This record gives sequence, structure tokens and C-alpha cells, in this order.
Amino acid sequence: MFSYIARRVLATIPVMAIVALFVFSLLYIAPGDPAAVIAGDQATPDDVERIRASLGLDRPFLVRFGEWVWRILRGDLGVSIFTNLPVTTMIGQRVQPTLSLMVLTLILAVSIAVPMGVVAAWRQGTLIDRAVMGFAVLGFSVPVFVVGYLLAYVFALELDWLPVQGYTSIDQGLWPWLENLILPAIALGGVYIALIARITRATMLEVLQQDYIRTARAKGAGQGNILFLHALKNAAVPIVTVIGLGIALLIGGAVVTESVFAIPGLGRLTVDAILRRDYPVIQGVVLLFSFVYVLVNLLIDILYTIIDPRIRY
Amino acid sequence: MDRRGFLKAATSAAAVPLGAAGLSAPALSQGAAARTLRFVPQANLANFDPIWGTQYVVRNASAMVWDLLYGVDDKLEARPQMVEGDEVSADGLTWTFKLRDGLRFHDNEPVLAKDCVASIQRWMRRDALGLMLASVQNELAAVDDRTFRWSLKKPFPKLRFALGKSGTPCCFIMPERMAKTDPFQQIGEYVGSGPMRFVRSEWVPGAKAAFERFPGYQPRPDAGTWLSGAKRMGVDRVEWHIMPDPATASAALQNGEVDWWENPITDLVPTLKRNRNVAVDIADPLGNIGTFRMNHLHPPFNNVGVRRAVLMALSQEDYMRALVGDDNNLWKPLPGYFTPGTPLYTEEGGEILKGKRDFDAAKKLLAESGYRNEPVTCIVAQDQPITKTQGDVTADLLKRLGMNVDFVATDWGTTGQRRAMKNPPGQGGWSMFHSWHAGAECGNPAAYIALRANGDGAWFGWPNIPAVEAGIAEWFDAPDLAAEKAAIAKVNRVALENVVYAPTGFFLGYQAWRRNVSGIQKGPLPFFWGVSKT
Repeated sequence: MFSYIARRVLATIPVMAIVALFVFSLLYIAPGDPAAVIAGDQATPDDVERIRASLGLDRPFLVRFGEWVWRILRGDLGVSIFTNLPVTTMIGQRVQPTLSLMVLTLILAVSIAVPMGVVAAWRQGTLIDRAVMGFAVLGFSVPVFVVGYLLAYVFALELDWLPVQGYTSIDQGLWPWLENLILPAIALGGVYIALIARITRATMLEVLQQDYIRTARAKGAGQGNILFLHALKNAAVPIVTVIGLGIALLIGGAVVTESVFAIPGLGRLTVDAILRRDYPVIQGVVLLFSFVYVLVNLLIDILYTIIDPRIRY
Repeated sequence: MDRRGFLKAATSAAAVPLGAAGLSAPALSQGAAARTLRFVPQANLANFDPIWGTQYVVRNASAMVWDLLYGVDDKLEARPQMVEGDEVSADGLTWTFKLRDGLRFHDNEPVLAKDCVASIQRWMRRDALGLMLASVQNELAAVDDRTFRWSLKKPFPKLRFALGKSGTPCCFIMPERMAKTDPFQQIGEYVGSGPMRFVRSEWVPGAKAAFERFPGYQPRPDAGTWLSGAKRMGVDRVEWHIMPDPATASAALQNGEVDWWENPITDLVPTLKRNRNVAVDIADPLGNIGTFRMNHLHPPFNNVGVRRAVLMALSQEDYMRALVGDDNNLWKPLPGYFTPGTPLYTEEGGEILKGKRDFDAAKKLLAESGYRNEPVTCIVAQDQPITKTQGDVTADLLKRLGMNVDFVATDWGTTGQRRAMKNPPGQGGWSMFHSWHAGAECGNPAAYIALRANGDGAWFGWPNIPAVEAGIAEWFDAPDLAAEKAAIAKVNRVALENVVYAPTGFFLGYQAWRRNVSGIQKGPLPFFWGVSKT
């Protein structure tokens, strides 16, 4: 197992190298000029050129790429062209909100979706099953921002139960932290719940047909035990896979959710950086997200061995 | 207790078994809340150097943190602010300025004349008026701690205006060590001279900025408006909450989570007006001028006949209604280049933009001017509502005129890059792009870079019309208002005859605030002094 983990960790190096080259090259060839954005609308072409030179944006690709890679290897993601703050500082400011949103959404989604999928499979063909599947279709179809607006309108503006926007750090109290995240987590979790519920239902339907389930039933096991101990455990591997893959959905969805609910997270940081052409921030955030995604996949693979003892690396 | 308070208490009670630590809510007392103003700005405060980054949002924040030697009032007259007064020699070549007593920076160091000299020198290198001043300057130097002298090669009657204008970049006064930073590099610290301190530790670029009252600030004794007079703060703290989504900002304002929203979009204004806790009014009486610029270097718009044909067919009502909807209070036609309601406003030569649009005459002029169906590469930034809306109207206008439109839908960042290119449109260049100008900067030619027609030195589009430049020079040297008006009338006529750019109309925007907030002024930027909450 440890050698497997070591191999996977080493394998992230070429993956990250390709991501780094890809993101740097893409930004290099993409249209747009941060110097023009910095200089402002009233600037002269000479001003723009001076700023471009002062930022080193007029240097050749290989020189810029080489310098950037050398800094990355020393753990330095560079300095934002606009804010003059280290990219690591800017990311550090934004990690907690995004992590909080993603973790809460994950907990919410798994807590709701897995039981939903199990019940739908158990009651296949009934009204419950159709209701769950109908909800899943809605979850996939309705955009996150529409759900967000509706939730904010109902629960914040009309009922005044929760705030419309913002984020409060957890060190200022559990409830203030939670109350800002409930609506965004529900909005973001919709598509995630839909995905997990459908996969859970599909895998459970397959597992419930197996001989060992019939045996367990014949031996007098209760329905709950059958569903959640025998069937779900055997259906867990694909479910966990989808949960892991869904992290990417969460990352993408966080961008929209953070904008709708004005949460100062990494998603908004990325969008703002892209619109401004703040290259160091874009590069730093993309590298971070890539690394997190690779790590999540490794953790999922390790989790397989816990769920299914037959799996060994 | 309101519903949210009940939920909080219930949750806290239910969570008691989990331990009391970490469950306390932030103890923001009613008094503290009333002394904190929560503001939603027009854009992200991505940097905080008002000379390096000339965006309006940076200027708006900087106006709290740094003071000016002079400040314009609501009549656009520059009044002494940090200066106690000035003396001008009889020949207009020597200006001597004396600072008010007791001025301090936020590190409690006194504001000295050398700080002013350094700040002016940094500002001059990035500002159009500053560059003009630099070209006529003999010497700018501190005489003693409170006095500095500026000697010129020729009189510059607009000098006070230059130092006190609201147009970006403003001549903010910083400590000498900061002001000695290259104007094309950012400053590394934010020690101010104004009524509010920037709380750097709480700055999350793109999300939040905070400012706290500086108790050592010495306001002027006289009342004033806009950037002039006593800048007395009615709150102790100002928080900027950046909200990219206008629907969220609207909901937050209605819910009392923020106090003042700088620029609500027109679509949401009816909703805000219906809320009895929210007040809505015009933000800036000087408004904005919509524009599209044509490339004078390449066909088809290197031909003045083609430019005039477009102007002949252009309906400013179409543009303005597309921008602001049915509210007639929000727009007016603009047969010229100068801001309505300002002393130099003129409609001289504006007949081409007045009256019913005559497409037949425009098409005839287009044909007579030799237009040969060259493609019009129209760059339209889709991520800016003002440019996107204008772009859609322009595309329709040009097609109805029978022109060959190459509509390039892009974003503002790419527009910024592409418009700087002088290549022909088919080789990465452009024929036209859309923008808008703050009315505060179009009241006179001083900082009106978009009106300049000095070829390579002009703004994008590079119009080269010597008569416009001559008129502007005449304005700079005008000894009184009557002479200025005469010069501006000539400029307006010649600029329209040659179509320096196409003005699409004059439009206003709203601002909105909670009714427990008072003291909000209308102006070219949000003024935080004099604002208080109950």
C-alpha cells in the first residue's frame, strides 16, 4: 500500500508539470493585456507599454516560463500583477470560505443523496422512486444560480431566516459561519445530490439482485440491515468514485455560487483574475486546483481498500 | 427578537451540549453597527495605488485615504483643501503654496512641503494635465516645511483645477518616501493624509476592504461640497463589500445587510424603489457620455464622409433607451462633446445629431464618399453592459446603412489589448470599439483625453485634426469664461465636422441606500464624509 501511495505521489509530478506548461502557454497565447487593464481607460499607448515592460510581460515565453517554474519549485507562486500581494497570501485568504462551502456541500449532498438513492432502489417503480428521479432531473437541469436566487429570495428576503450573502469565519462562532453557508451549500449541492442519488440508485438496484442479498433476507435480516449493511457496502465503490469525481463539479459550481452569494472564495478569485488577466494568480489557482484534484483521486483510491477488502494495490 | 435572532438562539441552545466555546456570535453592538457604513462599490478594488492604477474604483477609495491640495466643488471650481492659500505672481509664472497648519499623515508624521512636491511629481508623470504642466515647468521645489513654489515657463491658469480635479488620476498627497515610487510601479504601503485609514490587514482584494477614521485628521473649517471643504466623517468605519452579482447586492440592500450601493443596474431600480426602507436617487448629475470610436487610420473610417454618414444615421435615443430603458430622467440627447449642465456645454455644430434620422441622406453620403463595402470590424466587449448594449445598437445601425459589419464579440480585457493595435482591421486591428466617459471628465478639455485629435498622441482611433488641437490650445490660454466658451464652441464644431468620435448620448445612473443613512451627496464619486447612520 505504501509503495502504491509513493508511486501515485511521484506520478503527480509529471501531471503537475503538464498542467503547468498547459496553463502558462494558454495564458500566453490568450488575447488580452493586463497592462492595458492596469493602465485604465484613459491611458495612452505609451503608458501601457511602460507598464508592460515594468511587469516583465514583454520578455520571451521561455524566459518567463523558466523563471516561473523555478519559483514554483521553491514554493513561490509569485506576486499578483494587480494587488502586489503574494499569490500564496491571496489564496490563503480565500481557502477557508471555499473549503467550508465544499465540505458542507459534500456532507449535505452525501447525507441526502445516498439515503435517497437507497430508498429509490428499494422502492423501485413506486411514487417514491419517481419522485427521487424527478428531483434528480431537476437537480441536473436547473442552473445553480437560479436555485441560489430562489433560495435567497425565499429564505433571506421574504422569511428573513438567513442572510443573502457574505461569509463569516468559523472562529467568529459556529452559527454565524453556518448561517452564511446554508443557502449556498443547498444551491451548490443540488446537482451533486442529483448525481449521487442516481448512481446510488443504479448501483443499489444491481446489488439488490445478488444472491447474498437473497440469502441475508432468508436468514431473517431486517430491511434496514439489508439495505445499509449488506447492499450499500457492496455498492459503495462506484458511489465513492462518483463522489470523488464530483469534487470537480463542486469546484466549478463554487465559482457561480460564490458570485451569487458574495462569498470571498477561490472561485471568485479565479474569475476576477481571469477577467483582469492577472496571470500569476490564474496560474497559481489552477495549479492548486489540479493538485487538490489529484490528491482527492488518490484518497478515493485508498478509500476503496477500506470499503472493499478485496481491493489491494 | 427577529426571526434570524430566534434561529440563532435556538441553534445555540441546541448546541450547548457540544460545548460553549466557538458558538458565540460576533458581538456587534447597536452602537458599533451605527458607526459602520457598509458600501457596495462599482467594481473590485484590486489594487490601491491611485497613480499606478487609474481605475475609478481606486480613486474612489483613495479619496478617503489621501487628501488633495485643492478639491473641486459641485460647480467644478477648485478650492483650497490642504493648502492654506496660494500666491500667484503678476505674470502668472510663479505659484507659491502654503500648507495648512497641523496636517498629519496616518503615521502621525507632519505633512511637509517636500511630501507635496514628491506627490505632484509622481502624479504629473501619469496625468494628461500633469504632463502639460511638466512641459511648461521650470522648477517645483519646497521652500520650507509648509511652503513650496512652482515656477513655470508660461502661465497655466488651470493649475488649481489640475491639482484639485476629480478625474483620475487625482493629485493625492502621500509621504515623500511613497511618492518617490516610480509611477509605473505600485506603492508598497498605504499611509494616507485623508480622513480615513486603510486597514490593510482586513483587505481581501475582490471581496472586502475596510477603512477606519483617522482621529488626527484636520478638516477644513469651512463647509464644502464634493472634494472641497470640511471632510468630517459621520461614521468611524467604512466597509467595502464587493458584490459582482447585482441581484445579490440588491437583495443585500433590501435586507439591511449593506447600507449603500454605488450603482444599481437600471433593471433592479423599480424593485428598490418599492422597498420602503430604501432610497434611490441619481448618483452623479454629471453622468456619462456614451461613445463609439472609429479608427481614423484605416478604411472605411479614415474617410470623413463615411464617419459623417454614420453620425447622420445615428439615433441617440436608440442607444440611450437600450442603455437605461424607459426612464426619461436618465438620459438626454447630446449634440456635442461636453457634459450637459456644465459651464462650457455647447451644441455648436451639433445639427448632424439633431432631428429625425435621415437614412436616405446618410446612405447617399456613404455612397458619395466612396465606401466600397470594406468590412467594419466592430469590437464589442460582452462583459460590460454599457459596451455590449451600444455594440448591439451599432451593429444594427451599420447594417441598416448597408455597411459590411464584422461583429467581434469579445471581453473588455481583450478590447483593451486590441484597440491599442494600429494594424489594419483584417490583420488584428479594428474599425470601431465602444466605451463611455465620465461626465466629470468631459466638462472641459483639461483631462478629456478622448477629445484630443493629435494623431499618434491621441486616444485609440488616433484622430488627427489640427483645428481641434488649436481650439483646445486656445481654451487652455483663455483668460476668462467668455473666452473659454468661444474656444470650446469652435472645438465642438470642428470635432463634430470631423467626427473625432461618435457621442451616443448622455446618460445618468442611480445610487441606492438605506433610509437610516443620511448625508449622501450626488457627485462624480461617492463622498463618504458627511454620511451618517441612525
